[in-house]
Amino acid sequence: MKPQPTSRNFKRNVVEALDNEQLQRALTNVPAGFIEKRRKAREKLPEFDALRDQARDIKNHTLRHLDLYLEEYETQVTASGGHVHWCETPEDVNAAVIEICRKHSARSVTKGKSMVSEEVHLNAALDEAGIEPVETDLGEYIIQLRNETPSHIIAPAVHLNRDQIEADFRATHTDLPADRNLDDSSALVNEARQILRKKFIDSDVGVTGANLLIAETGTSIIVTNEGNGDLTLSLPKVHVVLATIEKLVPTLEDASTILRLLARSGTGQEFSAYTTYSTGPRRDGDPDGPEEYHVILLDNGRTNMLGGVFQDMLRCIRCGACLNHCPVYQAVGGHAYGWVYPGPMGSVLTPSLIGVDEAGHLPNASTFCGRCEEVCPMRIPLPKMMRHWREREFERHLTPAMIRSGLSVWAFFAKRPALYRVATGVAMRLLKLWSGRDGKLETLRFAGGWTKHRDFPAPQGSTFMAQWAKRRHD
Amino acid sequence: MTEPAKRQAILERMRRALAVDADDTARRATVTKRITEHAPNLIPARARIAHKDQTALFRQQAEAVQATVTDVKTEEDVPEAITEYLRSQNLPQSVRYGEDVLLNGLPWRAKSPTLELNKGPAQPADEVSLCRAIAGIAETGTLVLTSGIDNPTTLNFLPENHIVVVSAKHITGTYEDVWQILRKEYGERTLPRTVNMISGPSRTGDIEQRIELGAHGPRRLHIIIIG
Ligand code: SF4
Repeated sequence: MKPQPTSRNFKRNVVEALDNEQLQRALTNVPAGFIEKRRKAREKLPEFDALRDQARDIKNHTLRHLDLYLEEYETQVTASGGHVHWCETPEDVNAAVIEICRKHSARSVTKGKSMVSEEVHLNAALDEAGIEPVETDLGEYIIQLRNETPSHIIAPAVHLNRDQIEADFRATHTDLPADRNLDDSSALVNEARQILRKKFIDSDVGVTGANLLIAETGTSIIVTNEGNGDLTLSLPKVHVVLATIEKLVPTLEDASTILRLLARSGTGQEFSAYTTYSTGPRRDGDPDGPEEYHVILLDNGRTNMLGGVFQDMLRCIRCGACLNHCPVYQAVGGHAYGWVYPGPMGSVLTPSLIGVDEAGHLPNASTFCGRCEEVCPMRIPLPKMMRHWREREFERHLTPAMIRSGLSVWAFFAKRPALYRVATGVAMRLLKLWSGRDGKLETLRFAGGWTKHRDFPAPQGSTFMAQWAKRRHD
Repeated sequence: MTEPAKRQAILERMRRALAVDADDTARRATVTKRITEHAPNLIPARARIAHKDQTALFRQQAEAVQATVTDVKTEEDVPEAITEYLRSQNLPQSVRYGEDVLLNGLPWRAKSPTLELNKGPAQPADEVSLCRAIAGIAETGTLVLTSGIDNPTTLNFLPENHIVVVSAKHITGTYEDVWQILRKEYGERTLPRTVNMISGPSRTGDIEQRIELGAHGPRRLHIIIIG
């Protein structure tokens, strides 16, 4: 069944996530793993920040000429014997994939990890059409067993603990001996490997995503670590690539610049184990590889982001760094966001793709600490865009009355600098008075949900503006 | 709507959003120029070093991602290096490889008479495959393999053990160097069906972020550098 977005219930989702012990235990792995590894990878490459500037410029240039690069790309795909399918909506994508499967009488489809597949709910559509979708990325395989959606864009099962996965494997792989030892992760990895091997070999159609598309050569790139994506695209008769229009880059050189950032930002690796460039189907004399190569090119609302305040979001390369570094994501995980894309990138993208009515709460899921923008390899101004959404939501009066009145009070003072200074000074002294000796407020009126799981530090010293004025004097 | 109609609609919407005209020749010229010039962007200093240092860096980086590396003086030494490696890992004395000229020309019979040799793309029962890389990239210890009858792509992924031979003279600094090599060999705007960049054996961190080798692809990647 197609999962429905629950972004509307963001507040309730957050409360549930904070009370979920299993989830809270699993989430401790996020900062411990990704953040430290990224920091080290960045340190080892002195040019890292200069590459970020270039990557931003490459994408900005591409987006400004996107119509032409898409035409160039399509010409090259066709010249190498592949097919491009232009799709407006998720339904178009599913219909195109199902048609390809039917043409080849495919009973099962092996799949590499693809966020576009999640966006269009391809698995549900395949199921309905009587075609078995088989996720082969280990994380995706696990959540498919659990009938869940990914909770992270590069680590789909990051919300789970080893013992939960062991229980799922025991419940699903019932033809294996019940007393087998599954005590460590490597036993689980091996079991999944054995089970999926047969699926790879029996599969008729392989579906993968694309990290980038190259206009110069009509090439699609996948970046993976497990090798499942490569078995998916090299063993079946047909390779279907799911991609969205903003994945384009002009040249192989441009792709290389962006790839220097992708793994370092996401997993903290210098380069992922496998970077694979696919151009068309099997050539004359090739002893293996797919006989047909299809690219499904989806828009799904992205052209509407061009030329406007959200265009910068189209630079996103789905590295996951903004999720890993986000205090809100770290506290509640990905499912609370209620749709396919979680974390800061999701808070910006989701309202664009499924509408502000559905996802209007998400841009509030931010403390505006700015870490997401600091780590984004594509230098996407995520906090600024979240603010844009908040403003829009405010104008549309979708915001609960409480927040609205809070914001109008703030706006009233913000427009009157002298009053603002006085008022914030007063408020700070009040908060300090309420707090105990340790300077922490255990409850905050109007923000009980926030203080239930943490203390609110009472402001210390003088206001920012007072300090600023003092520094300028010094 | 048919696919051509959708294509038209998407491109038109895009041009409206960007406030551009389909017949703007200056824009088209910009795009053509960028593609035909394919100028490199910033190249990290790490790999802009003398060739012999690049070989050392390649080795160091490949080992950092859990590949094993040996070097041999000449091509003739490769069969023995393979036999020895298989023995050290308790693997069967049997490999599969493609029609690569260098691999085909090795003195197999004379040097490794007991080694079983199979040809062609990977079969599910294969335990060890052998390939030749067209290049090794120093900056990240990355091997580059291209599809075709010489080195079938499935050999890179299906067997649990992957042995790759690369000539020291084919070790280079950066990804960009490889694009230039491929353009020379295949022509502008053309690539072989698959180009595989491989850095270390298969791995996953999907269970509690602990890295496990051999998720779906090879558990072991062994590199033999010639020369
Ligand atoms: S917004 Fe930036 S940091 Fe977040 S996933 Fe996209 S590219 Fe990565």
